[in-house]
Amino acid sequence: MVNTTVPGSSAGEIPTPEQLKLTRRASRRSGLFAPELMRAAFKQSLIMLRPDIQWKNPVMFVVEIGTILSIVATLATMLGYQSQVRITYLLALDVWLFLTVLFANFATALAEARGKAQADSLRKTRRETLAHRLKDNGDVEEVGSSSLQKGDRVVVTAGQVIPGDGEILEGVASVDESAITGESAPVIREAGGDRSGVTGGTRVLSDRIVVRITAGAGHSFLDRMIALVEGATRQRTPNEIALSLVLSAFTLIFLIVTVALWPMARNAELYMKDYLGTPRPVASLGTDIPTLVALLVCLIPTTIGALLAAIGIAGMDRALRANILAKSGKAVEVAGDIDTLLLDKTGTITVGNRRATQFIAVGDYTVLQLGELAALASVADQTPEGKSIVELYLKQPPDNSSGPRSVSSVRLETMVPPGSRFIEFTAQTRMSGIDLNDGRSIRKGAPDAVIKHIQQLQGTLPERLAQQVEAVASRGATPLLVCEGNKLAGLVVLEDVLKPGMRERFERLRRMGLRTVMVTGDNPLTAKAIAEQAGVDDYIAQATPEAKLAYIRKEQAAGKLVAMMGDGTNDAPALAQADVGVAMNSGTQAAKEAGNMVDLDSDPTKLIEVVEIGKQLLMTRGALTTFSIANDLAKYFAIVPALFAATLPWLKTFDVMNLHSATSAILSAVIFNAIIIPLLIPIALKGVTYRPVGADALLRRNLLLWGLGGVIVPFVGIKLIDVALVTLHLVS
Amino acid sequence: MWQIWILPILLMGTCVLLSIPVGLYLAWVMEGRYRAPRWVQRLEHWLNTGEQNWKQYSLALLTFNVVIFLVGFAILALQPWLPLNPDGKKMLAPTTIFNTACSFLTNTNLQHYAGEVHLSYFSQLFFICWKQFVTPAIGLCALVAILRGLRGDPHMGNFYVDLWRGVVYVFLPLAFVVAILLMVTGVPMTLEGNATVPTLEPGAMGTTPEGSPVQQEIARGPVAAIVAIKQLGTNGGGFFGTNSCHPYENPNSWSSFLSCLCIILIPMASLVMFGKMLNNFKHAAVIFGVMFVLSAATVIWAIYHDSLAPNPGLLAHAERSYDIPDPTSAEQERRLTLPAMAGLPVDQSLGNLEGKELRFGTSAGPTWAAFTTNTSNGSVNAMHDSLNPLAGLTPLGGMWLNCIWGGVGVGLINFLIYLVVGVFLAGLMVGRTPEYLGKKVEAREMKLAMLALLIHPLLILGPAGVFAASDWGLRSMNNPSAHGFSEVLYEFSSASANNGSGFEGLADTYGFNANENPGPFAIQWDLATGLVMLIGRFVPIIAPLAIAGSLAAKKPTPFTSGTMRTDTITFGFVLLGTVLLVGALLFLPAAVLGPLAEHFGPLPFGG
Repeated sequence: MVNTTVPGSSAGEIPTPEQLKLTRRASRRSGLFAPELMRAAFKQSLIMLRPDIQWKNPVMFVVEIGTILSIVATLATMLGYQSQVRITYLLALDVWLFLTVLFANFATALAEARGKAQADSLRKTRRETLAHRLKDNGDVEEVGSSSLQKGDRVVVTAGQVIPGDGEILEGVASVDESAITGESAPVIREAGGDRSGVTGGTRVLSDRIVVRITAGAGHSFLDRMIALVEGATRQRTPNEIALSLVLSAFTLIFLIVTVALWPMARNAELYMKDYLGTPRPVASLGTDIPTLVALLVCLIPTTIGALLAAIGIAGMDRALRANILAKSGKAVEVAGDIDTLLLDKTGTITVGNRRATQFIAVGDYTVLQLGELAALASVADQTPEGKSIVELYLKQPPDNSSGPRSVSSVRLETMVPPGSRFIEFTAQTRMSGIDLNDGRSIRKGAPDAVIKHIQQLQGTLPERLAQQVEAVASRGATPLLVCEGNKLAGLVVLEDVLKPGMRERFERLRRMGLRTVMVTGDNPLTAKAIAEQAGVDDYIAQATPEAKLAYIRKEQAAGKLVAMMGDGTNDAPALAQADVGVAMNSGTQAAKEAGNMVDLDSDPTKLIEVVEIGKQLLMTRGALTTFSIANDLAKYFAIVPALFAATLPWLKTFDVMNLHSATSAILSAVIFNAIIIPLLIPIALKGVTYRPVGADALLRRNLLLWGLGGVIVPFVGIKLIDVALVTLHLVS
Repeated sequence: MWQIWILPILLMGTCVLLSIPVGLYLAWVMEGRYRAPRWVQRLEHWLNTGEQNWKQYSLALLTFNVVIFLVGFAILALQPWLPLNPDGKKMLAPTTIFNTACSFLTNTNLQHYAGEVHLSYFSQLFFICWKQFVTPAIGLCALVAILRGLRGDPHMGNFYVDLWRGVVYVFLPLAFVVAILLMVTGVPMTLEGNATVPTLEPGAMGTTPEGSPVQQEIARGPVAAIVAIKQLGTNGGGFFGTNSCHPYENPNSWSSFLSCLCIILIPMASLVMFGKMLNNFKHAAVIFGVMFVLSAATVIWAIYHDSLAPNPGLLAHAERSYDIPDPTSAEQERRLTLPAMAGLPVDQSLGNLEGKELRFGTSAGPTWAAFTTNTSNGSVNAMHDSLNPLAGLTPLGGMWLNCIWGGVGVGLINFLIYLVVGVFLAGLMVGRTPEYLGKKVEAREMKLAMLALLIHPLLILGPAGVFAASDWGLRSMNNPSAHGFSEVLYEFSSASANNGSGFEGLADTYGFNANENPGPFAIQWDLATGLVMLIGRFVPIIAPLAIAGSLAAKKPTPFTSGTMRTDTITFGFVLLGTVLLVGALLFLPAAVLGPLAEHFGPLPFGG
């Protein structure tokens, strides 16, 4: 079964140690409320009470001011000012209002603390190491890694830690990157090409390399990422700013509603004074300042106001947990809006390389004879394609007509007569093969090359050959021709093998509203066939970096947002052009600089995960905002009758929850409003579940869950708290 | 009793049917596809100052409004010296002139005067009637400009050309037809002064000191012209003080039906124009459906609580007692007892008949009350003050939401504000940056939308609170208790929603400047409601224009299956939920203190 919740689980070129990764992630997740995090967060949440810090969260700032107002009113009552309510009620209000602010700060602080913990574990890889800096005259001097400058060259030999991010100038080395990626299998990094980038903190296991440092101490990717998850340089994203505006406006609206309620309640007090014939106006909670503060705090969107920052930080954190370094929070948010995904065929859609899947004999040759010839021609061919031809031959069933054949366990090398000469593949001939000691010369290669070869030797070609080649190519496979001397033996069919479950995954993406585009260097015919098999929406065949860039520009001109993944230097322009450009950690420095995310796992399917994280981030915001505002209805039903219990007792009709008393009703609403914040912290940090079911189904589900749920839940919650307060004899 | 539903069903049905051709006509005319005769075209061409962006359009709109405000103010101030004043009307109080100038500038038609008493025919025709043609056209212009922005036109059109089209091609012909039809039903149309007639029963109007019977003065005038545009343009300011209750404004059930139809016709047709202009009839249909449901709900609520319910003030009540907390007394509790009441021997089988004109039928009052406040019309054919308390929620609720059909142009604009808020929250819940009609809704749009949203409660609740707790309101109320509070609340709701209907019962009329016995705080009422009307009109027009301008400049996002659809039933529920939830959260406490407290409290209050 394909595990759809963890994209990147399909087998890659090097088989991914799936279990390892899963357990690693699980262990990170378990620490949602780890004690040391809680302690740090608690301390931070007290610090955040400072008005100049609290001001940054306008909703909670209003709550803080309200709390102070309420405390002042309490003190005044203690000092003897006449009040219509008991001092215990006022004290309880003060405490719960204060707790509301504290819970909100705690949510933000906890998200930051988790980010910090994550950053600390990353920072461990940044510890001071010894660097061997190469001087201009070729001498090597020993310096600390923190004193390295951009452009310095350092020598790293087996067993040493690479002192900083950089690019290999000379040499090849196997590098253990587990410190960053958690991947235990070493990877090969070499000068030139697309695998020249190395990350500081990783360890060279073999050989010697010269690395040019591309980021000075404190400016590497990791440093930037650490700063981002720690929240120090966290910038609010465009959507977060828009939502903050909406929340501030709602706060202002409810401030208007609450402030206007005082004179309105006063009006009721005045006419009830006349009605009852009392000497002084009958006091009601509607003109009691701390009670109106309580009403205001219950109405303004404190729930989402408290959790908004935490949701944003947690989004970055989730990206990091998926081993993606995002350069900004905005990049993660934009990922949710992506319309088009550019995916490399090799490694993403298909398993690494093409494999031989069929022998098609021509003329007098049998399939087995063809297979033997092809296998002989491939013995020395160490490419994956060559190996697959040998494997295919060994799997062929015995052919009775050509006599007994050696069983498949026989090693192919023993079939090669001594004295044979292997012909290497060259760019000129575009063929490889073998010259046997009995004079036979076997060649295999691309159709046009082999046809040319046969024609040069005055051989004849079957008439149907062109059709056969065409037929193979049109189903997305690559034909190779095999000839013996000037006689054509047949075709070997090389096919791309799709990764399991890709079709389903693309279907899932389509339901999410994403178009998938396969990028391949294959010819259009092959590309089309594979695109159809894999179920992608479009393809770019014979893709050059320019073609990719042009495609991205074309999509963007139509208003679409494009995500792509790349690793090579020549991908850099396209990565920079794409709205979300994910560079593989194994890629070149140029690619990493151009993109706005780096995938530490270098897993091409990671794009899908990035999109889901982005969507989850936006959904969590929307869901909690809707929930927060929908909650207000029930609070009105609890508080409004209570406000006028002393003047307009007939409004008890609206007390559908049948709460114990006016003060218990108001306290219950305030307590509910406060404790819903910590209760929702896990959802803010983990995000609401995203299901790729299409926008409409998703909207219906979330509307029912968070909209309707948001209306109903507080009715139940407030009633339960009221019952608890009465049971515990905490209210009169 | 089922017959009482015939009228609202017939009205809504006819209106839905008529709204389609009228809406298509609106789109055809406002898009400039109508080719007028050459000399008319030359005028239109002369008005055309070129394509305008949202800022230029808003500036033109505001400038024009300043000019017509000043002209209107001058006409009223100079009334005694202007022609067509056969009955010698004097000058109104300055604050009342200000209030009236604001009121008719903003399409509100709140009347702190009585037309037949205080205005000359010149004022009626060249102030009232003129403003009633121009101001709904201004609303229509704003809507058309916004729609051009929403569909991504590079410019928002030209204000002056739009205004010309609105007045000359839309309102003049429609009002002409309606005025003729009204005259057929018996509405007068004359420039002659008051008719003086001997009463049938000599001395019915009293006798002069010399002993001869006083003759009756019957007010009349160019009524049909004013009533036609009063209804079509969601104006509502009547020729007579009692508005469409007056037999000359509304003689019979036919004129009542016709008037009521005209109240919702153009606001409803605006949605068809919306669908046509955006070429998105499905989306328009969803909004139409939401408005229809809300509108039908207000009609049903009003009829159910008024025509099918007795007047609770006339019923018998059993004794009720309440224990209320009172820290000032020793026991901390006080027992409040409402005495038992005997019912009055009144036949209430036809529901609450107080304040109704029975010639229209029993459900005509509540139906009209719903439609006139759904839209920002404000004309009345029954006294809203006399509606049962619960039924009174219908006009209040309609003005609080101010987006069920709404005023010409502005109603749909108000709805778009709710829509943007709904789109923003629901859009996030599908995991994308919210977008509307393919344009991303971001911080700037939300800032403007929330500004437009918060103006309305600020303008209603703020002043209502101030007046309710001070002498300004307390000594102007004609009723004690929650009903008096409702009167204050209603006045500001009506002003802010640019509705113009009155709950009446408030002493807010100053009258002629020479009046020696004006309403005690009429000046405060004049000034406060005047300012509320101005702010409540222009902020919710300019902010959405800015939103449309900002959206127009954005690159459209293509539609994918990950995009939230705006043409589905689900989206209809999003809109319905947003309007109801936001509306309820803003005005629930006020509703509880007004109509609901009155209904559940002692009736009649104070014995």
